[in-house]
Amino acid sequence: MRQFFNFVKKEVYHITRDKRTLFILLAMPIIQLLLFGYAITSDIKDVRFSVLDESGSTASRQLVEKFAGNKYFIHYSDLHSYDDIEREFHKGKTKLVIVIPSDFANELQHTGTARVQLLADASDASEASIVAGYGQLIISDFQQDLSKNETIPYRIHIEQKMLYNPQLISSYNFVPGIIGLVLMLICAIMTSISIVREKEEGTMEVLLVSPIKPVYIVLAKAVPYLAIAFVNILSILFISHFLMDVPIVGNIFLILFLGILFIISALSLGLLISSIVDTQRVAMIISAVGLLVPTLLLSGLIYPIENMPWLLRAISNIIPAKWFISAVKDVMLKGMGFEAIAFECGILILMAVVLLTISIKQFKNRL
Amino acid sequence: MEAIIIKDLTKKFGSFTAVDHISFEVGQGEIFGFLGANGAGKTTAMRMLCGLLEPTSGQGTVAGYDIYKQRDLVKQNIGYMSQKFSLYEDLTIKENMRLFGGIYGMSDKEIKMKGEQVIQDLSLQNEQNALVESLPLGIKQKVSFAVSTFHTPKIVFLDEPTGGVDPIARRIFWEMIYEAADRGITAFVTTHYMDEAEYCNRISIMVDGKIEALDTPSNLRKQFGADNLEEVFYTLARKAKRGDD
Repeated sequence: MRQFFNFVKKEVYHITRDKRTLFILLAMPIIQLLLFGYAITSDIKDVRFSVLDESGSTASRQLVEKFAGNKYFIHYSDLHSYDDIEREFHKGKTKLVIVIPSDFANELQHTGTARVQLLADASDASEASIVAGYGQLIISDFQQDLSKNETIPYRIHIEQKMLYNPQLISSYNFVPGIIGLVLMLICAIMTSISIVREKEEGTMEVLLVSPIKPVYIVLAKAVPYLAIAFVNILSILFISHFLMDVPIVGNIFLILFLGILFIISALSLGLLISSIVDTQRVAMIISAVGLLVPTLLLSGLIYPIENMPWLLRAISNIIPAKWFISAVKDVMLKGMGFEAIAFECGILILMAVVLLTISIKQFKNRL
Repeated sequence: MEAIIIKDLTKKFGSFTAVDHISFEVGQGEIFGFLGANGAGKTTAMRMLCGLLEPTSGQGTVAGYDIYKQRDLVKQNIGYMSQKFSLYEDLTIKENMRLFGGIYGMSDKEIKMKGEQVIQDLSLQNEQNALVESLPLGIKQKVSFAVSTFHTPKIVFLDEPTGGVDPIARRIFWEMIYEAADRGITAFVTTHYMDEAEYCNRISIMVDGKIEALDTPSNLRKQFGADNLEEVFYTLARKAKRGDD
């Protein structure tokens, strides 16, 4: 046990004496969070829309005004026929076309219900759905305005309900994703590099010749990164909650518990990489290409998994971050309890056990 | 008691026989030179002696412990230093000592006493709290040797310990090996420098996994009718059929 603590201390020295890396480790999560939250946000802004107003009534003009007055929308052009719609979309400038049928005002006045068609450019699926969602909010707003002065409420048919994230602020969804990405980066990449560095520098040989057990060497490497990763979760949660107003609806301890499970599986991945490669450069490349890219693309962090072809959907199942992110979303944004995420927890534990077993076996075979 | 006794030690990797029935004994306090061209099987043999590799066949004891069944005890009783110096560059001399002393189960008190003695012996009072990376190569090497013998092992394995240092530093380093041998620590040294081979009590020369010559440097010169060990080495190494691996 004393040996083990000696080793942990050594690892802590390695990390704290490398000030630059330490800074990166602690600041990276925050930078990532700000980047994803603000810069690469998929929130819509200055969305150009076009109108095909077949009604030409006061009511329809009011509706268009309502859109044009919204800070997210810009009235781009007016169309005169259905053929124009496709032409306009092809130009690529307009993101949304509002079609107001000729009977709009009539229907509204006489039956109290009317229809409006929203056409969104779905070449960017997630943007289109957000734009359409905004559009629907505006229409329902318009409908309320109309109804204010009337005893019988007007109804414009829109069936849409935005759960959990009514403002459609995407940084909410990004926070669990960022935690997953950062933990994967720090735990897997840093541990694999730190072990491979010892191989390169020859110190690993000396350790293997010594009576210390290989399991201790490996576990001692993992401990400080576990601590750093934990600090990262806390800093991300803190900043996103207090600075970015992201709600934390669920139990914070459940989130941290999920974090630890995920950290362990990411650490095991790092160990696995370090047991099969011999140079830091290869470790770096494998971590980046083999872990970072799939985590970014297939975990649901950027692109919704549901929209992927079946092959990618199948592959996404072996990405630990996918399970972690979906479980954290459930807890953090929807306030679900342990029962709801038990399945994800089970998968993360299973992944950690399998990876650890393989990597310790590999490590021994390599002696 | 002999420090190392091996008989017909063999290691096969598939159909390739890296080490082919080698046998020798090394006495306590002896400086034993283990020579051979690259690919001759030196490293594999040494890894078996250090308890890192299990032999395919043959018997052996190192420091009195069986190299099959008592590998942990073998490890506990040997020291190891490689050409890469084996120290942590971002730790100080003292921290390196504390770490390795701790690994070999020395108590804090022992580590402190022994550490101060080593610092004094090598007159490193000014450098003791400096990071190893800031030290010149010659000093690093001395410290590295001091650390590898810090837990007073019975045998210290030195794998090309003087690679890349100048002749003066090499000379000083060999003086340290002699001092350790005087204290009864057996030194098992691999080297490519023939002048260093002359410093050994006995040397063995490996060719294609077999030991082709084993004697004192002066006897070997006589046996091969050569002026120096370099000639002896060339005569033997030229017979090698294997290339570098």
